[in-house]
Amino acid sequence: MSRIEACLSTIKKNNGKALIPFLTAGDPSPSITANLMHELVLAGADIIELGVPFSDPMADGPVIQRASERALAQKTNTDDVFNIVKDFRDKDKITPVILMGYLNPIEIMGYKKFVEKASKVGVDGLIVVDLPPEESADLQEALKLHDIDQIFLLSPTTIGDRLNKICKAASGFLYYVSLKGVTGSNQLNIKKVEEKIKEIRAQSTLPLAVGFGIKDAEVAQAVGRISDAVVIGSALVEKIAKYSGNTEEMIEEISSFIISLRKALDNI
Amino acid sequence: MSKIEKNIDTSTIDTFSCMPDENGHFGLYGGRFVAETLMGPLEELEEAYKKYINDPEFNAEFVSDLKHYVGRPSPLYHAKRWSEQLGGAQIYLKREDLNHTGAHKINNTVGQALLAKRMGKQRVIAETGAGQHGVATATVAARYGMECVVYMGAEDIKRQAINVFRIKLLGAKVVPVDAGSKTLKDALNEAMRDWVTYVDKTFYIIGTVAGPHPYPAMVRDFNAVVGREVREQCLTQIGKLPNTLVACVGGGSNAIGLFYPFLDDKEISIYGVEAAGGGLSTGKHAAPLNAGKPGVLHGNRTYLMEDDYGQIIETHSISAGLDYPGVGPEHSWLKDTGRANYVSVTDIEAIQAFHDLCQIEGIIPALESSHAIAYTSKIAPKMDKNEIIVVNLSGRGDKDIQTVATHEGITI
Repeated sequence: MSRIEACLSTIKKNNGKALIPFLTAGDPSPSITANLMHELVLAGADIIELGVPFSDPMADGPVIQRASERALAQKTNTDDVFNIVKDFRDKDKITPVILMGYLNPIEIMGYKKFVEKASKVGVDGLIVVDLPPEESADLQEALKLHDIDQIFLLSPTTIGDRLNKICKAASGFLYYVSLKGVTGSNQLNIKKVEEKIKEIRAQSTLPLAVGFGIKDAEVAQAVGRISDAVVIGSALVEKIAKYSGNTEEMIEEISSFIISLRKALDNI
Repeated sequence: MSKIEKNIDTSTIDTFSCMPDENGHFGLYGGRFVAETLMGPLEELEEAYKKYINDPEFNAEFVSDLKHYVGRPSPLYHAKRWSEQLGGAQIYLKREDLNHTGAHKINNTVGQALLAKRMGKQRVIAETGAGQHGVATATVAARYGMECVVYMGAEDIKRQAINVFRIKLLGAKVVPVDAGSKTLKDALNEAMRDWVTYVDKTFYIIGTVAGPHPYPAMVRDFNAVVGREVREQCLTQIGKLPNTLVACVGGGSNAIGLFYPFLDDKEISIYGVEAAGGGLSTGKHAAPLNAGKPGVLHGNRTYLMEDDYGQIIETHSISAGLDYPGVGPEHSWLKDTGRANYVSVTDIEAIQAFHDLCQIEGIIPALESSHAIAYTSKIAPKMDKNEIIVVNLSGRGDKDIQTVATHEGITI
């Protein structure tokens, strides 16, 4: 069983909800990302989603775009991202780490080499935003050799046969994009999300995470009630940006934010 | 990139006009690399496109609007004085600059707007670099009564103030894009973000032969009217087909429009001209086919300008319309198969060609098209006097007068 599956099934057994914060590797600088990841775990994160910076993040809203720009301004490259995961793994052998990014940085390294490096440093899952299942056969093959889960996204526009196909191809968990839009949007409709989740549950028994547009403890709790895991991206990255000049203050802020989300999910 | 294999055996390729395959691939290139939310809408678009491209009523309206609104067919003009001065091949200019709105871009926007109308989409969006595609989209939006939003890099807005005002006059909204390099690629990112958010009511009119399938094929098909007319005009006016075709390549829509109907005439040589900016050796250029590597950007796999870690790098060209780090996937395929040759000319060579055409033929060409003109002046003298070169004069240069003046230190 992969680290992701083990993590999620334990949480489910205890009737809990998983909390998955997202941060961009190298934002505000590559030297503190691993520390931030530890702090997130201390505050109650179950899985860490680590963004691989890309110059043209088409599916992201302004908050995560700027995080990518800050990371690239610090010259964060793919090998730095692997080093960050390695540093994190030195002290934390349990918390699953998922890389989230775009295809081009993976493609230029070569699928095989990328996956070998990722596996070696302890990456557990991979989300490639612009790689739909139709184009992912080669990457999937490489990932299977190293037991890394490829996490597929489902969206409000994923219907019919397509929904069925993706549910069958997925491993680890399913990630439902809660709205039509980019990360950090402000228009999540909980009723619509609930309807879609019912539809997905009818097709798959994999754990289901929901992301995009979850900005505070209240929304997290509402989403947690109808799913297995909640992803927090832009709302967290915004705090990292706000306190980027003062690491101590930043850690305090993001920790108390994650603690508030943890409490909200534990009180479901 | 385990899939990329070079050195394709071209002798086994019978036809070059059969692409893309059913999954939108041009050999190793093309495809559909987008966020999940757009996959459903792209399938819907593909279905609508397949349905209407063969629909007689759709085609009749398209042909009629091209004739009465755009002013097609555009002339094929024998540039006699210029040909004589160069002393070689006879050069014919395909006068896309004489179209309504002043460039080939309108062929495609008319086609896509008619499709949007049939799909019941009341809102159209577009990205634009030089502003020509923005103008062409705003124009058809006005013509068909649709809401229109145009995304444009903040840097390009500065460079192309006149086109920005034209777009506004036509009733469209211009949204400046401040992200990244603030040019065409960033405008495209932002338009994609808009599309993903308002996908139910919005039709995204992409202006070039890039993007996810079916855009590269669809934009090509709407522009292929250029090559079809050239074929007919050559036969009527000259009594034979041309020996050589030349067109500039940014994303590559005017080029593929001219090339496509001739791809299977293997005796005709084809040249796509990229922007070498300050020179290929300086790294300050926009020539991915000459100096880039295959990768994935904006929904398709194609040659890109990127660094060693796959980050897209800034491009440089005096011509905003060529200032793009990618290129249509079909061009990547035509390069690898050797069917088309991709060359480049510098800013300085393009400006020289711009002046030459102004003074020798009385035609002010767009700086984009000036790249094709510049390359033609290199090859024409080496050719025989009864050989024919057709150059796509893809746009008129009124929009570039300020840029040329600034480049030469002149205040208008």
